[in-house]
Amino acid sequence: MEITFLLNGETVRLTDPDPTQTLLDWLRTKNGLTGTKEGCNEGDCGACTVMVSEPGRITALNACILFLPQLHGRAIHTVEGIASPDGALHPVQQAMVNHHGSQCGFCTPGFVTSMAAAHQNGQTDHDDRLAGNLCRCTGYAPIIKAAKAAETEVRADWLDTPDFIFTEILRGGPEGTGAEPPTGPVCAPQTGDVLAAFYADNPDATLIAGATDVGLWVTKHLRDLPKIAFLNRCDDLKQIDETGDSLRVGAMVTIDRLYDAMQNRHPSFVEMLRRFASAQIRAAATIGGNIANGSPIGDTPPALIALGATLELRHRDTRRTLPLEDFFLDYGKQDRKPGEFVEAIRIPKQADHLKVYKLSKRFDQDISAVLGAFNITIEKGIVTNSRIAFGGMAGIPKRARHVEAALTGQPWAGATITKALPAFEQDFTPMSDMRASAGYRLSAAQNMLRRVWHEDQGTPANVLEVAP
Amino acid sequence: MSVHRSLGHDSGTLHVTGAARYVDDIPTPSNTLHLAFGLAGIAAGRITGMDLSDVASAEGVIAVLTADDLPFANDVSPSVHDEPLLSDGTIHYLGQPLFLVIATSQLYARKAARLGKISVQETPPILTVEDALAADSRFEGGPVVWSAGDAKTAMKASPHTVEGRFEVGGQEHFYLEGQSSLALPQENGDMVVHCSTQHPSEIQHKVADALGLPMHAVRVETRRMGGGFGGKESQGNALAVACALAARATGRPCKMRYDRDDDMMITGKRHDIRIYYRVGFDKSGRLQAVDFKHFLRCGWAQDLSLPVADRAMLHADNAYDLPDIRIESHRLKTNHQSATAFRGFGGPQGMIGIERVMDHVAHELGMDPLAVRRANYYSEAGGPSAPPHPPEDIFRQKKKNRTPYGMEVTDFVLGALTDKLEGSSGYQARRAAVAEWNATHEVLKRGLALTPVKFGISFTLTHLNQAGALVHVYQDGSVMLNHGGTEMGQGLFLKVAQVAAEVFGIGVAQVKITATDTAKVPNTSATAASSGSDLNGMAVRAACQTIRDRIAAHMAQSGHCAPDEVTFAGGQVRAGQKQVSFAQAAQSAYQARVSLSSTGFYKTPDLQWDRVKGKGRPFYYFAYGAAVTEVVIDTLTGENRILRADILHDAGRSLNPALDIGQIEGGYVQGAGWLTTEELVWDGQGRLRTHAPSTYKIPACSDRPDVFNVDLFDNENRENTIHRSKAVGEPPFMLGISALMALSDACAACGPHYPGLDGPATPERVLAAVRRARDGI
Repeated sequence: MEITFLLNGETVRLTDPDPTQTLLDWLRTKNGLTGTKEGCNEGDCGACTVMVSEPGRITALNACILFLPQLHGRAIHTVEGIASPDGALHPVQQAMVNHHGSQCGFCTPGFVTSMAAAHQNGQTDHDDRLAGNLCRCTGYAPIIKAAKAAETEVRADWLDTPDFIFTEILRGGPEGTGAEPPTGPVCAPQTGDVLAAFYADNPDATLIAGATDVGLWVTKHLRDLPKIAFLNRCDDLKQIDETGDSLRVGAMVTIDRLYDAMQNRHPSFVEMLRRFASAQIRAAATIGGNIANGSPIGDTPPALIALGATLELRHRDTRRTLPLEDFFLDYGKQDRKPGEFVEAIRIPKQADHLKVYKLSKRFDQDISAVLGAFNITIEKGIVTNSRIAFGGMAGIPKRARHVEAALTGQPWAGATITKALPAFEQDFTPMSDMRASAGYRLSAAQNMLRRVWHEDQGTPANVLEVAP
Repeated sequence: MSVHRSLGHDSGTLHVTGAARYVDDIPTPSNTLHLAFGLAGIAAGRITGMDLSDVASAEGVIAVLTADDLPFANDVSPSVHDEPLLSDGTIHYLGQPLFLVIATSQLYARKAARLGKISVQETPPILTVEDALAADSRFEGGPVVWSAGDAKTAMKASPHTVEGRFEVGGQEHFYLEGQSSLALPQENGDMVVHCSTQHPSEIQHKVADALGLPMHAVRVETRRMGGGFGGKESQGNALAVACALAARATGRPCKMRYDRDDDMMITGKRHDIRIYYRVGFDKSGRLQAVDFKHFLRCGWAQDLSLPVADRAMLHADNAYDLPDIRIESHRLKTNHQSATAFRGFGGPQGMIGIERVMDHVAHELGMDPLAVRRANYYSEAGGPSAPPHPPEDIFRQKKKNRTPYGMEVTDFVLGALTDKLEGSSGYQARRAAVAEWNATHEVLKRGLALTPVKFGISFTLTHLNQAGALVHVYQDGSVMLNHGGTEMGQGLFLKVAQVAAEVFGIGVAQVKITATDTAKVPNTSATAASSGSDLNGMAVRAACQTIRDRIAAHMAQSGHCAPDEVTFAGGQVRAGQKQVSFAQAAQSAYQARVSLSSTGFYKTPDLQWDRVKGKGRPFYYFAYGAAVTEVVIDTLTGENRILRADILHDAGRSLNPALDIGQIEGGYVQGAGWLTTEELVWDGQGRLRTHAPSTYKIPACSDRPDVFNVDLFDNENRENTIHRSKAVGEPPFMLGISALMALSDACAACGPHYPGLDGPATPERVLAAVRRARDGI
C-alpha cells in the first residue's frame, strides 16, 4: 500500500507503512515532531489534536487513534505548522499567549490546533469545538477568552490547501481508479464493490472506518490486526441521498455530517449528536461504525430505532434490508453474516416528534449511562403511535415495547404516564457498572418518559437550557 | 517594577507552538530503551510463582527484572520504606508492579508486560472502611485524636444537636502529562535523571539508594511538568528508580512513561473520606460543640497519608471558631492504590466536613447557611481596614479566636471579604430569585451557596519549610536563576524571576529561567503545600541581594557614595552622580574581581508544631477566599450544572495577578470537578473501573460556570512574606466546595428533609438526595 499526504505543507509518501501505527506515534518517534502530545492514547483528552484538511472540509482529529493509511489524500497540520511561514504566531496562538490560556502547557498544542481548525471554518461555538480538549490547569476561562478574541482576526490563508494539490496527491496514489482487487491482507479499497469482494473473501478482516473504536483495540488492548480494510477511500459509502420517503445515509458518513443532514429534521436527534462525542471524534466516527460495532451504549441506534430506521447490509453482491432493532440480537451478537457489512442506514421521513435524552456523568464527550429516545405521535389527545428505545438498559439497544403498549391508544395525560411506568420493569433489567447503578438506570429511564410529558406541557426540564 | 504585574507565563510562546519540552520530548540517543511494569491482577495475596519466559522472549525485549534482580534497596516510598518498587512476594493492590520489562520500544515493553504468568494465592482484600475496621488495618497504632475544650460536656449543654454521616470520594490528578522519567548512564556509574517530578531531591535520594550510590553521583533535572497537583510529589519515584536500575543493568539510556491507563491503575489519588459528625448549637446557629470522626482510606502504603490526614484535622475548623471540639482520625490501610498528595493535601477533606455541618445546622434552623457561617466566623483581625464587629458578637461568650490546635488566628479577613463578595455577587437578591424560581418550577430547581476558605500555609513537617537558590550575574548583565522549586504550570518560575528582576532593577527578559537541577541547589523540598513562591522567592531574593550588595559596594567607590545609596531601577544602576546600565555595572564589577554569583537560603520563621499533641503554630499564616456558586438540578434525572460562580480570593499583595487568577479559576473548576463529575469506582475485587478519561470525567470546557467572576481581595500579608504576597496554589481548590453546597441547597428545595448529599454529586447521587429531601429516607 502506498499513501500520500501533506504534513505541514510538505508531501509525504509512505510505502507499506505499519498499518496500525498511529499518526501520533509516527510524528513523535519518526519525525521528531514532539509538539503533538499523548495525554490518553484513546481520543478522550485532545492533547494529540491535529488539523486535517481535505477538499471542502477542515477538521480537528485525534492523532492518537488515527492510523497512517487514513491520512491518504489529506493535509495534516501539527502545532509546529500552525504559525505563519514568516514566523508570526497564528491568531489563536497569539490570543492564547495574550489571555494566559496556557499554564502547564501540555494540553495547549491540542487546544491550539482545535482552535485553529475552528478559526479556519469560522466556527464560534467554542465550548462545543473544544469539548474534546481537556485542560486540568486553567478551568478553561482564559482559553475561551482567547478563542473569542481570535474570532475577529482574519483567516490564516497559509493553512489553506488548494484543491489542485489534493487532486495531485490523490492522483499520486497507486490504487488508480480503485477497480482493481486488493492484493495483500491490508488494503484500502476505493469503492464499495471492491470492499464487498475483499470482505467476502476475507471475512476475518477488520474494517476500519473512523478508527475511534478500533483505534483502542490497538492502543489499549495491544491487539495485532493482520487483515484490515481501510474504508476511508470508499467515497461511494459517504453519500447522503434524499429519496422520496427516506434519507439514505452511507455507512461512512461521519457523525458531524449526519449532524448537518439532520439539522432541519429532528432537532433533538441533532442535540444528541452534538453531545455524542467531541468534535474530533464526530469528525472521524461514522454512522456505520456506531451501528455495526454493536455496542449496547452506542448513542445513535436507540434514536434511529425510534425513528423506524432500516439497515442496508451487503455481502458481495447480495443486499438485504432489515429494521435496525432486529440487527441487535444479543450482547456482542448482531444479525450479520461473516463478510457482510453495513452499507447504509435509511431513515424514514416523518413529522418530528422525536425526543432524545442522553444521560451521563459529564455533559460533553461522555458515554451514556442511559440514552432514551421517544417518538410518540399524539392525535386529538390520543397516543396513536409510539416507538421508544433505550441504550444502556440492556445488552443491546432495545425497544421498550411494553411501555409503548401502555401508551398507545391511551389519552396523552399524566395519568397515562404514571400507569405506563411499571412497564419499564417488564422491558428492562439494567445492570450496575461504573456509570450508574441498575436502580438509578431504571428510575432515570422512567423519569425520561415523565420528562417527555413535562416538556410537552411547556414545563422547563432541561438544565442545559437554563440561563444564569 | 517587576513584581505585582500581570506578566504572561514565561513559556507561553513555547506552549502554543509545541516547542516546550517535557520529559518525553527530550531527544534521546538511538539506543534508548523503554520500560513497562507487569501489574498485579488481584488486590491481595502472595505470589507463588512467576513464569516470565513469554515476557523475556517477546519481540523487542532486552531484559526482565524482578525484585530478586535489584542490587540495593527495593523501595520507592517517600516515608517509611514500605513501598517496594517490585513486589517482594506480597500483592497489596490490583495494579501493583510485579516485574519490569526493558524493551526497544514502548509498545514492545507494554505488550510484553502483559505476558507474565503469575501464580498467586489470593487472600480476601481489605477494601471498604468496614473491612479495614474489622481487620484493624490501619497506619499508626490507632486513631489520632486531637481536641480542644470539652466537646462532650458542651454537647450535653447545647440546646440543639444534629448528626450525620458524610462521604466524599477521592480524585484522580489527571495531570495531562503522565508520569515519565529518563535515565542517562554516565561515566563511573553516575546517573543523570530527567523526571517529571515536583520533588527532584526525593528522586535523587531514591535513585541513589536503589543504585547504592551517594547522592552526589545522581543528578536530577526537571524543566517542567505537564501538571502535577500533588500527583508528582512521590508518585514519580517508581519510574525514576526503574529507569536508573535498567540503565545500570543495560548501560543504555532508559525511558519510562506510563500509558494513561497504567498511570491511573498504578498511582495514588486523593484520599476519599467518610465523616461522622455530631454538633451542638444554639438557635442563632452558633456551634457549641463539635465531634468529628474521619475515616480515610489510605491504600496499601503509608506514602504521605499521615500528614494528609493531619491536615484534614487541621482544617476541620475552616473559618469557624469552635471552642469545644474533638476530632478523631482513622488512617485505614486498604488494598488500593496508595492515596497520596493532591492539591489541598487533606485540607479539602477536613474543610468540607465543617461546611457540611454549617449546611445541616442551617437546614435544622431554617436559616440561610450564610448567616450560620457568619455567626461562627473567627473574629476579624484588627487594623484600620477591619469592619466593626456585628452587634451580636457581644453576646458571644466563648469566642477565643484560637484554632482547635491552639494557634491564634490573627489575620482573619473573611468578615470583610464575605461582605464584599456578598455585595458584588448580589447574593441576597439572588437568594430571593432562587426561592422564587423554586416556588414556580416543578422539575428544575436552583441552589445557591457561599462558602469560605481559610487555608494554613506551611509544611506541617516543619523542617521542610526551607529553600535554596543559586544566582549568577554574567558580565553582560544577564542573570541566570536557579532554585529548588519546580514548574508545573503554576508560573512559579516567572514569579521568582520577577523577584530577581526586581532586586536588580532589570526586566524579566534579562533573567534566564533554568531547569530545576539537584546539582545546582541541593536538599530541596517538594514544590508542594503552596509554598513554591513563598520559599523560593525569598531564597532567590537573598541570593540576588547578596550580589546586588557586592555590586553596590563596588559602584559606591566610583560614585563616591555609600553602598546603600546605590540604586537599581529601570535597568540602570545609579551611584552618586554616576549612572550606568546594569550590564555596564556587571562588567565593571567583573573587571574589579567582584564575585557575581551567590547562593541564597530561606527558612520560614516562627513555626512550632507538636503533631502528637496536635498543638502549636504549624502555619506561618492563612490564605483566605470565598465563592458563591449557583446551580440548577433536574429532579427527574439528577443532572446538574453550575450556572455562575463569583469568587473573591486573598493572594496577599499578588506577585502576579494574572497568574494568581489563573490558579484561582483552575483551582475552583478542579475543586468543583472533585465534587461533581469526577467519580472513582472500584469493583468488589478492588479493580479500579475508572482508569481512563473515557470513564473518569474531569470537567470539560462547558462545565465551567457560564458566568465566572474572579477577583483578588487586596490584602497585604501581615507576615513578612515575599513582597507581602500569599501562597495561592492550593487554597482556591476549596472554593469548589461551594458547588456541592449549592447543589445541596437545590436538593433541599425539593422537600422538607435534609438531603444529605454526598460527593461527588453525580446525577445519581443528586437524584438520591432529591428523594431524601422529599421522603426523608
